[in-house]
Amino acid sequence: MEILTCNKLSKNFGRCTALDGVDLSLAGGKIVGLLGPNGSGKTTLIKLANGLLTPNSGSICICGETPDVNSHKLVSYLPERTSIPLWMTAQQLMDFYEDFYEDFHRDAAERMLEHLGISPKQRIKQMSKGTREKVQLIMVMSRKARLYLLDEPIGGVDPATRDYILSTIIGNYEPEATVLISTHLISDVEKILDEVVFIDKGRIVLQSTVDAIREERGMSVDALFREVFRC
Amino acid sequence: MKWQFRNDMPIYTQIVEQIKVAIVRGEYGSGERLPSVRDMATEAGVNPNTMQRAMAELEREGLVFSQRTSGRQVTENLELIKEAKLSQATKHLESFMNAMGELGLGQDEIIKLIMAAGKGEENNGNTDLQ
Repeated sequence: MEILTCNKLSKNFGRCTALDGVDLSLAGGKIVGLLGPNGSGKTTLIKLANGLLTPNSGSICICGETPDVNSHKLVSYLPERTSIPLWMTAQQLMDFYEDFYEDFHRDAAERMLEHLGISPKQRIKQMSKGTREKVQLIMVMSRKARLYLLDEPIGGVDPATRDYILSTIIGNYEPEATVLISTHLISDVEKILDEVVFIDKGRIVLQSTVDAIREERGMSVDALFREVFRC
Repeated sequence: MKWQFRNDMPIYTQIVEQIKVAIVRGEYGSGERLPSVRDMATEAGVNPNTMQRAMAELEREGLVFSQRTSGRQVTENLELIKEAKLSQATKHLESFMNAMGELGLGQDEIIKLIMAAGKGEENNGNTDLQ
């Protein structure tokens, strides 16, 4: 079954076109990279999928339904900016997630926090930027969702932490779920992706599997990206 | 296991090769049970579907087999493991011979070099080559 489908999806902000007739379909059980240069429409697409924006024309569906209050049950979303309340402790944040989401697995979250040496008593405010990003990702990945929307999950962290975050994603997503990761740090995420979607100026320019790109072109997704988006 | 991936070929074929090496070296012994696909994927830092595809390929070649109840195991057929060793050695040898050929070395010279290297004679690479 298709988890995410877009049909001639368009979104503009005033005169500026962010998405221009996007047709896209993502099946379950896949980790998909949403790759494109800055300003190509990645975050707009993710926000539309999460119901934070509404399309100007065309449609977007999550498991066959238009994104609304109910789809929040199916979608676990990591925004590009840290959005968790800074005054809370990690403990309170887990209480918060437990209250809001039936599918939140507290034991998984506690295990990951412990593994990273983050005390549940520490306030988010006292944490470094990287630690905040880790905590938020742990919350997002501790849900058993159908669709994970991760907007730049590895943007602000060091390479060792990137590896930890990526292995957290691989180790925790539901096998039937779809994970959509937007990023421009392609060489870092390439190994964990099934599929890639290249987006440029609001249009999908390529959708392919990573294996097919490597097999048919003898190059990495990173190299292909550099070729397609050469400035 | 240490995993390392190159950029110019599919990841699953590289996983197949690396697991074969591990089996040949006995890191995964004959008959030994392999970790779950997800655990191996997490360890290698790759997508579980990619690891699954590699396992399917190894199963097709007979080097591993799966049992419904006890997961996946390395083959107990030592003959198959020996064959895998030989085919890997042959592959390395082919690329070695190609590289030597590109340097313009003939078979006799290559053999001399190998013998010298085997004895630990370095001679700054300056063996009896004309």
